[in-house]
Amino acid sequence: MALQSHCPTGPIEQRWEKHRFNLKLVNPANKRKYEVIVVGSGLAGGAAAASLGELGYKVQCFCYQDSPRRAHSIAAQGGINSAKNYQNDGDSVYRLFYDTVKGGDYRARESNVYRLAEVSLNIIDQCAAQGVPFAREYGGLLDNRSFGGAQVSRTFYARGQTGQQLLLGAYSALERQVAAGTVSMHTRHEMLELIVVDGRARGIITRDLSTGKLETHLADAVVLASGGYGNVFFLSTNAMGCNVTATWRAHKKGAFFANPCFTQIHPTCIPVKGDYQSKLTLMSESLRNDGRVWVPMSAADCDKKPGEIAEADRDYFLERRYPAFGNLVPRDVASRAAKVVCDEGRGVGPGGLGVYLDFRDSIARLGKPKIAERYGNLFDMYHHITDENPYEVPMRIYPAVHYTMGGLWVDYNLMSNVPGLFVLGEANFSDHGANRLGASALMQGLADGYFVIPYTLGDYLAQMTPTSTAKDVTKDHVEVKAAKKAVAERLKTLLEIKGKRTVDSFHRELGKLMWDNCGMARSETGLKGVLEKLPALREEFWKNVCIPGSGEAMNQELEKAGRVADFLELGELMCRDALDRNESCGGHFREESATPEGEAKRDDEQYCYVAAWEYGGEKKAPTLHKEPLEFEHVRLSQRSYK
Amino acid sequence: MKFKLNVWRQANEKSAGGFEKYDIDGITNDHSFLEMLDVLNEKLIVTGKEPVVFDHDCREGICGSCSLVVNGHVHGPQEAATTCQLHMRKFTDGEEITVEPWRAGAFPVIRDLAVDRSAFDRIIQAGGYVSVRTGAAPDANSILVGKDVADRAMDAAACIGCGACVAACPNASAMLFTAAKVRHLNLLPQGQPEKDKRTIRMVTQMDAEGFGACTNHLECEAACPKSISTDFIGELNRDLASAMLRARADRSFTGG
Ligand SMILES: Cc1cc2nc3c(=O)[nH]c(=O)nc-3n(C[C@H](O)[C@H](O)[C@H](O)COP(=O)(O)OP(=O)(O)OC[C@H]3O[C@@H](n4cnc5c(N)ncnc54)[C@H](O)[C@@H]3O)c2cc1C
Ligand code: FES
Repeated sequence: MALQSHCPTGPIEQRWEKHRFNLKLVNPANKRKYEVIVVGSGLAGGAAAASLGELGYKVQCFCYQDSPRRAHSIAAQGGINSAKNYQNDGDSVYRLFYDTVKGGDYRARESNVYRLAEVSLNIIDQCAAQGVPFAREYGGLLDNRSFGGAQVSRTFYARGQTGQQLLLGAYSALERQVAAGTVSMHTRHEMLELIVVDGRARGIITRDLSTGKLETHLADAVVLASGGYGNVFFLSTNAMGCNVTATWRAHKKGAFFANPCFTQIHPTCIPVKGDYQSKLTLMSESLRNDGRVWVPMSAADCDKKPGEIAEADRDYFLERRYPAFGNLVPRDVASRAAKVVCDEGRGVGPGGLGVYLDFRDSIARLGKPKIAERYGNLFDMYHHITDENPYEVPMRIYPAVHYTMGGLWVDYNLMSNVPGLFVLGEANFSDHGANRLGASALMQGLADGYFVIPYTLGDYLAQMTPTSTAKDVTKDHVEVKAAKKAVAERLKTLLEIKGKRTVDSFHRELGKLMWDNCGMARSETGLKGVLEKLPALREEFWKNVCIPGSGEAMNQELEKAGRVADFLELGELMCRDALDRNESCGGHFREESATPEGEAKRDDEQYCYVAAWEYGGEKKAPTLHKEPLEFEHVRLSQRSYK
Repeated sequence: MKFKLNVWRQANEKSAGGFEKYDIDGITNDHSFLEMLDVLNEKLIVTGKEPVVFDHDCREGICGSCSLVVNGHVHGPQEAATTCQLHMRKFTDGEEITVEPWRAGAFPVIRDLAVDRSAFDRIIQAGGYVSVRTGAAPDANSILVGKDVADRAMDAAACIGCGACVAACPNASAMLFTAAKVRHLNLLPQGQPEKDKRTIRMVTQMDAEGFGACTNHLECEAACPKSISTDFIGELNRDLASAMLRARADRSFTGG
């Protein structure tokens, strides 16, 4: 099967406009006859549900938390990019497009990325109009800062709580539609299955997490905006509930999973402290604007107090290796550089898995109040967690899993290869290639939700008779009943195992295997080894997991078990994808493919494509489909931040 | 470290519920409070007992999910922090620790320590938004907002909607939450056109949800993990009074 990206052609500046003109429209009076399911209430799902409801569609929106406002987008700290060029420092839509394609190491589609850069302008307008309290200059204009990897100041922010404020904006728009009756919000509901009838996505099966009740929801289209799958590593900066279940279920029903191995490891996280640890905390990348990253020159100094190490004995390794970008190199580059110095035995803190992020010089230059104004809440957070005061001693940081560029394959309309199944936000693979630039995920989620899906979904629906009229699919349809039965049986099986190990113990073991072999560095030997271990772990899980209680009440172990079962399968696909891609690009570093200086080496001859995997079936290998990538505007070149 | 835990267990909204005692060992200074509960739960699970249910997600103090009363303190003894930001170094070895859910009529218990806070969403539905259609916004810099106003709006908008204010209030009032939400938008130029309508509707909904009245105990500000100021309550009362005056002249916006 050849993958059709449906990207428009012609001058890149006009593609989205031309495409929008060619999209079919749904007659306003007919919109309310169409029902749309949106799974997820983060920036992508919240924005989509609100905008679609406003257009007049009948929307049902789902999230697993107790309120849509708690979606994981809430945790984003640093900011959101937009090519507004308010700072007059040379930014433009084209530059944002260029930076994103290059930053993604040439593994994203030019057309998609250009559209993202283009609508980034509208996003800031939309959010400001909603009352998002962005940082302002004294004159009342919006303030900006520069953010990892960018040489212009194009990042908009709301203190260290940008994600929270953007999400509250989307949430307020969503609740406005709930009040208007166009959106029904189902909180504490988890999607456990996708319903596909005659090849089209027609609904979902959910579990009410408060009561355990299984429900069938039918619709004319299903939009998944269920976030990323970084929790396959157990420890990550993601919220505890982040999962792959919604997209994995869809994958097993035919949707292709694209570039699953493309994972982002964020350089500035608080290091792991013990094996009881449940999650990792990100220290915003914005800290690298004023903090300097270093380790001792000599491993012998690692146990000394940082203040006792003389200037000449410090290795500011990012500034040394990448003089042009210094501490602001992209995340993948910064993370690997930290791993290299720690592998050399020069890491600091427990286990030698940490590097310093030092504010001494910027406090001397700008004064403590200025630093407190910029990063106060981040410093407090660090202090709370580590019991160390970063105004006095340098922070210790280490890379951690943060974001997943991979996700369900979608075309230019954000529709997967399953007609009627759309995928938005972190859950799709679309815009960031092999590495995402800082402050671009919030932008993409909102672009997809506010400015893309409202157009492209209409084009699909306009070609379908609404279910409410056709009545071709009802709750009694064989496929619908089969989907519900499959979910019920799976839950029953899980509950009946009553083995000896907790869900978390399996999750931890999976996470360690993935981090060691499919984390910051990947090798053929490591990947092959883990591909042999994972089926055994999965088998043990299904024989020996212990889930007390029943399915007829709130049961958090049962929720976790379902998610971990899916992660166990996903992990295998990630390793397979990583093994197949014998090149280094972006966050994917294959030890076999490096330059003599240890920098990542891409192989455009062989791997300039999107790897889209088709589910093969129980115990059968998945099939790889390749979507070739062409670069007409940004010339393929090895990234260099020297 | 070792602790003696008294944990509130309740099968569902209807059942009575009560405290269960557990001993826990092997906890370090660096365990977060929730990680300590994880350890307890793993222990319960392998002995075939049902683990303690509690809400949590981000575990970094921003999503507003976690919601425990620890030794009588809403979000525990640490100031300006959520339960998930609390670490065991704040307790002494051997201490007895009591863990309860938020207690408020408008927040019924779902199970153990997890409560239903959907009343907050309904307060937002009543008017916690600016009515702006997607795609209809003017250029962001065409709306000037002074830095002081933007900063103050941000102070209010920092609310994470956890419900600690309600849990800490002797009357279970939701005034601090509602005030933060109303004032965030009422302070900004974008919020002006719907200011009166928003204020009246959100306060009306708050009352309808069964939250108690505010009698100025100020426990809410002390318990708030984001230190939202009770000054916003005074400002909300002023907004409400002037909105009511104007509403008398025009009855249309109080309905619905
Ligand atoms: C700590 C942290 C800081 C970050 N900082 C930044 C930043 O500064 N700038 C930036 O651009 N990006 C940042 N990111 C990345 C960015 O926050 C996310 O990529 C983005 O918010 C994802 O949005 P989303 O809408 O796709 O998904 P999410 O916000 O994760 O929402 C997922 C939604 O799906 C629901 N859901 C999931 N599974 C199911 C299911 N099975 N059934 C029902 N519902 C389900 C959830 O309830 C939730 O509502 C950060 C990420 C982290 C972890
Ligand atoms: S778990 Fe998110 S605030 Fe505590």
